[in-house]
Amino acid sequence: MNYRRFLLIAVPYAWLALFFLVPFLIVLKIALSDTAIAIPPYTPTLDLSGGWAGIKAFFQGLDFENFVFLTEDSLYWKSYLGSLKIAAISTVLTLLVGYPIAYAMAQAADEWRPTLMMLVILPFWTSFLIRVYSWIGIIANEGLLNQMLMGLGIIDTPLQIMNTPSAVYIGIIYTYLPFMILPIYSALEKLDGSLIEAAVDLGCTRAAAFWRVTLPLSRPGVIAGCFLVFIPALGEFVIPSLLGGSQTLMIGKVLWEEFFSNRDWPVASAVAVVLLLILVIPIVLFQKNQEKAEEAGK
Amino acid sequence: MAEPAQQKVFAPWEDPTEKPIIRFEGVTKRFGEFTAVDNLDLKIYRGEFFALLGPSGCGKTTLMRMLAGFESPTEGHIILDGQDVAPIPPNKRPVNMMFQSYALFPHLSVWENIAFGLKREGMEKDRIEARVSEMLRLTRLEQFARRKPHQISGGQRQRVALARSLAKAPKLLLLDEPLGALDKKLRQETQFELMDIQEKTGTTFVIVTHDQEEAMTVATRVAVMDHGKLVQVATPAGIYEAPNSVYVADFIGDVNIIEGAATPRSTPEGAQVEIAWAEGLAPIIATPTEPVSAGQKVHYAIRPEKILVSREPDMARANRVQGKVIDIAYLGNISTYRVRLANGQMISASMTNARRLSRRDFTWDDEVWLNWTDGAGIVLTR
Repeated sequence: MNYRRFLLIAVPYAWLALFFLVPFLIVLKIALSDTAIAIPPYTPTLDLSGGWAGIKAFFQGLDFENFVFLTEDSLYWKSYLGSLKIAAISTVLTLLVGYPIAYAMAQAADEWRPTLMMLVILPFWTSFLIRVYSWIGIIANEGLLNQMLMGLGIIDTPLQIMNTPSAVYIGIIYTYLPFMILPIYSALEKLDGSLIEAAVDLGCTRAAAFWRVTLPLSRPGVIAGCFLVFIPALGEFVIPSLLGGSQTLMIGKVLWEEFFSNRDWPVASAVAVVLLLILVIPIVLFQKNQEKAEEAGK
Repeated sequence: MAEPAQQKVFAPWEDPTEKPIIRFEGVTKRFGEFTAVDNLDLKIYRGEFFALLGPSGCGKTTLMRMLAGFESPTEGHIILDGQDVAPIPPNKRPVNMMFQSYALFPHLSVWENIAFGLKREGMEKDRIEARVSEMLRLTRLEQFARRKPHQISGGQRQRVALARSLAKAPKLLLLDEPLGALDKKLRQETQFELMDIQEKTGTTFVIVTHDQEEAMTVATRVAVMDHGKLVQVATPAGIYEAPNSVYVADFIGDVNIIEGAATPRSTPEGAQVEIAWAEGLAPIIATPTEPVSAGQKVHYAIRPEKILVSREPDMARANRVQGKVIDIAYLGNISTYRVRLANGQMISASMTNARRLSRRDFTWDDEVWLNWTDGAGIVLTR
């Protein structure tokens, strides 16, 4: 029995070790290396033929130079802060859009729920890139939205949405909305309707009952949704580079440029490692929340 | 029933000068095509423990939800303490409800659950403290005040729900199947606890239940409902001993129903009725509670415990009929005999087991006599 249990537990850990821990260690190693005009573009590389002296030389070649460099150039911390700000704001906005949708779904008649659920998931059936591109067609200066508003005579000059942070917010909210809706919906759906009636019976108005009962009981869903949006939004690269233009400073974009335009793998790796550390904090918080929710669940 | 020794029996429904706390006047509730409550009139008095009894779908829950304010009548009025409640939203009614699922707030502790309604009232802190402590004491939950609902047992949860609904001292407390989720033993204990608490607080209780035993135990009066109408409203004893219809007789407890044609006759002791019910068997002699005409088709209802089973006919009883024991249901305190009569009719008769089982008088296939007096059964015309 113990052997079986061990095997069951070992499989996911082996998977994580192989596809997360090992690649991370490789990235960490590159982050500690120096740039070189070579293939691969960094030194030192581990050369086992050199024997013990080779390994020693390899470890001596590693240093924290790149991490120090990140603190010296304001571009990097500004990008991190920019990403944190954009991720935080778009998480709040997604929550504001997603909660009412999830609430309406949970209130809908039983026979409608699968259809509504389907509609929320439906965008995933199309390529993410195509969906983000199509937003360009909508919000560009000569795009659908501006043409419509000008046609209706509401505005004279086109609204500059494209290549601004607003475009990035639109893109993130649109893309990550289902990740916000689904956990909130699943929390609200489990909510016993008689709890609301009990609150009303005890003197709450409908609004007060929502505030005192529905909202606190959907909190685990809200927190899960926020993390599911915040974490990927923090490292988001595609949306800011397609919609945000050069004004929007996000770390995902900086990372991409370091890797592919600058070909500075060690600095890019250092950026990635720091990003991971920033992400680990909310992930740990998220885990704690999940554990607490499970504990309270039964 | 454990009634305290009172000079006056509590029976406000018999006093014409007494003002009811709740009056239903021609109340009808329709959901689309379905009529849940059908032109219903009912008076409930202050201090009553009133039971609404009926099978599921009879409209009893709808009636209660209309009192709470979660449904409004399609027609008619509900008058609470002299005031039509129609325009009053549920959160402003002096009525509280104990939900079938208890509906305890899972994110709040027992203490906070009980204090919930008081806080909404804007009561001062010390008064809330005092009131919650009083409720905790009343329901014997003092040690559990800091626990969350999922950390206590089903019976404790039930008491929290009761304490929470009583905390605001409502004029009227509604209990929706309050004991449905408890096991039998706990349910019986809780019934007495409920009666005790009702007596202590003096609150008018309206309980909805489908369990006739529960209704009989706790209630001052029972209303038997069927298809949105009240079939009978009477004290538990009245409902049991003098049901007004076959429906009520059959719904409450065990009963033998015999169909027959009535012939009224008068005797020195008063009016009697002979019911011809089977060819070749003597007619049943009964004392009618309502006038019957000659030849009228009637139902005769007789409870199993009113029938004496014996080897020899008991000449002191007006009705005697012979049969054969087919089944014996041994329930410990009583045994119920299923006896087949000559015409094939099955009659149940129960006897208390005063003697030990080994010394039982009758066994399967024994020929026995079933005897009962003329006043033992009820003649029902509907």
